[in-house]
Amino acid sequence: MIAGLFRFKGGIKPETHKNASAGSPIQIAPLPKQLIVPLRQSPRATAECIVVPGQKVLKGERIGLPDSPLSTAVHAPTSGTVVEITPHAMAHASGLQTRCVVIEPDGDERWIDRPTLDYASASPKEALAWLRDHGIVGLGGATFPSHIKAGVDGGIETLILNGAECEPWITCDDRLMRERADGIVAGALILKHLTGAREIVFGVEDNKPQAIEALRTAIHGLSGDITVIPVPSLYPAGGEKQLIRVLTGVEIPHGKLGGDFGVQCFNVGTAYAVNRAINHGEPLVSRVMTVTGNVDKPGNFEVLIGTPVEALLALGQPKPDTGRILMGGPMMGFELPRLDVPATKATNCLIATSPTLFPPPPPEMNCIRCGACAVVCPAELQPFELYWFSRARNFGKAQEYHLFDCIECGCCSYVCPSQIRLVDYYRFAKGEIWAREREKSAADAARERFEFRNERQAREKREKAEKLAAKAAATKAKLAAAPTDAPAAVATDTPAGPDDAKRALIAAALERAKAQKAAVEPKNTDALTPEQAAQVAEADARRAAQAAPDTAADAPESN
Amino acid sequence: MLTAILVMTGIALVLGAALGFAAIFFKVEGDPLVDNIDAILPQTQCGQCGFPGCRPYAEAIANGEADINQCPPGGEEGIRHLADLLGREFKPLDEEHGVEKPKSVAVIDEQTCIGCTLCIQACPVDAIVGAAKQMHTIVEAECTGCELCIAPCPVDCITMEPLKETVKTWKWKYPVIQIKDVA
Ligand code: SF4
Ligand code: SF4
Ligand code: SF4
Ligand code: SF4
Repeated sequence: MIAGLFRFKGGIKPETHKNASAGSPIQIAPLPKQLIVPLRQSPRATAECIVVPGQKVLKGERIGLPDSPLSTAVHAPTSGTVVEITPHAMAHASGLQTRCVVIEPDGDERWIDRPTLDYASASPKEALAWLRDHGIVGLGGATFPSHIKAGVDGGIETLILNGAECEPWITCDDRLMRERADGIVAGALILKHLTGAREIVFGVEDNKPQAIEALRTAIHGLSGDITVIPVPSLYPAGGEKQLIRVLTGVEIPHGKLGGDFGVQCFNVGTAYAVNRAINHGEPLVSRVMTVTGNVDKPGNFEVLIGTPVEALLALGQPKPDTGRILMGGPMMGFELPRLDVPATKATNCLIATSPTLFPPPPPEMNCIRCGACAVVCPAELQPFELYWFSRARNFGKAQEYHLFDCIECGCCSYVCPSQIRLVDYYRFAKGEIWAREREKSAADAARERFEFRNERQAREKREKAEKLAAKAAATKAKLAAAPTDAPAAVATDTPAGPDDAKRALIAAALERAKAQKAAVEPKNTDALTPEQAAQVAEADARRAAQAAPDTAADAPESN
Repeated sequence: MLTAILVMTGIALVLGAALGFAAIFFKVEGDPLVDNIDAILPQTQCGQCGFPGCRPYAEAIANGEADINQCPPGGEEGIRHLADLLGREFKPLDEEHGVEKPKSVAVIDEQTCIGCTLCIQACPVDAIVGAAKQMHTIVEAECTGCELCIAPCPVDCITMEPLKETVKTWKWKYPVIQIKDVA
């Protein structure tokens, strides 16, 4: 049981801006003209397309099958017709393309059959496969497949439901907890059953009293160890390691996960999706998103996956001076390079920026080693060291200082008096290190293949030489056994010597060649008419007469 | 005085014996320097360095027969790593051996390929599949981009295509201070 709360190191208190959208209830976003459903769920996982253009699909029908352990199924978000399967820009900082299924809605929203699962009597394997086939991934932003997280084999004591939602501007989890707390709790019970956890703890930042209240009402009367704990509002309290620290006091060392310490963490939105999938048979085809920032009507919308960002943004009615659009929060999100990209399961928020709300960052100055960044870093790193090493492309050193423990929370950039955009450097360094890893493994593979090929060539050469030697030995033996054969006649007048055997070999070969030639020579002279035969005979005689002076004994030359 | 000398001699003998045993028991197999150099080389196996593959070049560097700036695929970064490893000065890539190019893979125009198998024989990493008189193709994941298959092709149907960026290979760029966009 939880005795008291703990504090994670570092953290900041940025202006939350949550009031802008927190007051408006979740609205169902209207059907867009086209839904663009990406088959790729994350840079690491994609799905295998199982529909063809022109095919009619129902809402919730599977259109992509998981094709790797980290992949989950993809579903049609509404009923309609598959128009095409084409590469389309995706919601990623790169703006690169990925294969998407474009669906034209028919407006009926007709569901497929939705059988439910009695998870209490189903085997864990069956329940996990159910989650995978219903496309359930973490909705906190990382879209990590839930069936893998829930499928850790035992050892989980505490199940944490993350409703901290510490990032400024975002209120989608807040609204979900206020309005659909029952569903979230039902999902939490399923996850508890799957992970075998003993207790459930909801961690919600104390700036969301209504959400806390709603959850408390929902768990009222439920048996078992289940609590709702308000945690102090301190960014990034919603980071997995930070929330675990606050609620349980466990500090997770670098390179380890919560599961190693008997704690597993799920986002409240994920729990809600799990409940929909198991108790209602609905695959994950929509999620709640916040549209806020420089808009006239900020709010929360239940959006079908694949809805173009442009259409979504229009729901909030952006003001005329809107500039860049951020996806995710202002701290950890990224700027969208284009707006025709579809919303995904990871999209929790769209923020319209304006020069007044998000003034352009002032120019960077030199790091003065003030250490302010190290004070706020929740991962207990030394951001300025990481910055120096990343900037100097000294990636080995950056890794030694645990670059990969950095959660890119942006606290360091937030407080830096020199306005250094530190996280940009970390992202750059991480990307370079991953690229090097890839190159390294490619080089290792190439080395192996090169060595294998060299070995194969050496072996082939050896085998060929051995074969030749064996053949030569056999011929020699044959000759030795029959010394008075044909070759003797040719070689009569040569003096006996050491290369007699060789000469004999050559002679034998010549003899064989002659015999072969003779055998194949008169190819087209079979089955001739008598006249033709006579002609051929005449020609042969003529040729013989011509050739006679030089080499009468030779076989007729073949042309 | 005598005890002191005896004690020192004793220590010397014991330590000497320990070192001697260590030398025998912990003997390092192979030549670690060549392995370390080889680990830095990109394993493109293109021969531009003047040696038949990366390992022979590594051996030549280790023996002092070749300089560290002869591998174009490894580029400047490879030279820096070699310089670090060997404690030498960095020097720019020797232009005689070629220039650094973006990583590419070979692509066979399958319409033109006559199935002569010449490229298969040239490929140092067996990245080409095909049989006599059958169309050949290149396994992109295995191709190192060494370009050795281009010259032997009698119908010139092999071209080098720079690798496209994908979501998997995309990386954040080095932060630059943005200068105002000029539309
Ligand atoms: S806060 Fe900024 S200036 Fe201060 S040490 Fe960190 S990086 Fe340097
Ligand atoms: S972005 Fe990384 S280095 Fe900076 S405060 Fe957050 S965890 Fe620490
Ligand atoms: S030039 Fe570089 S990649 Fe090519 S064979 Fe030599 S060492 Fe290997
Ligand atoms: S396919 Fe061509 S370029 Fe690629 S590794 Fe083989 S020989 Fe080199």
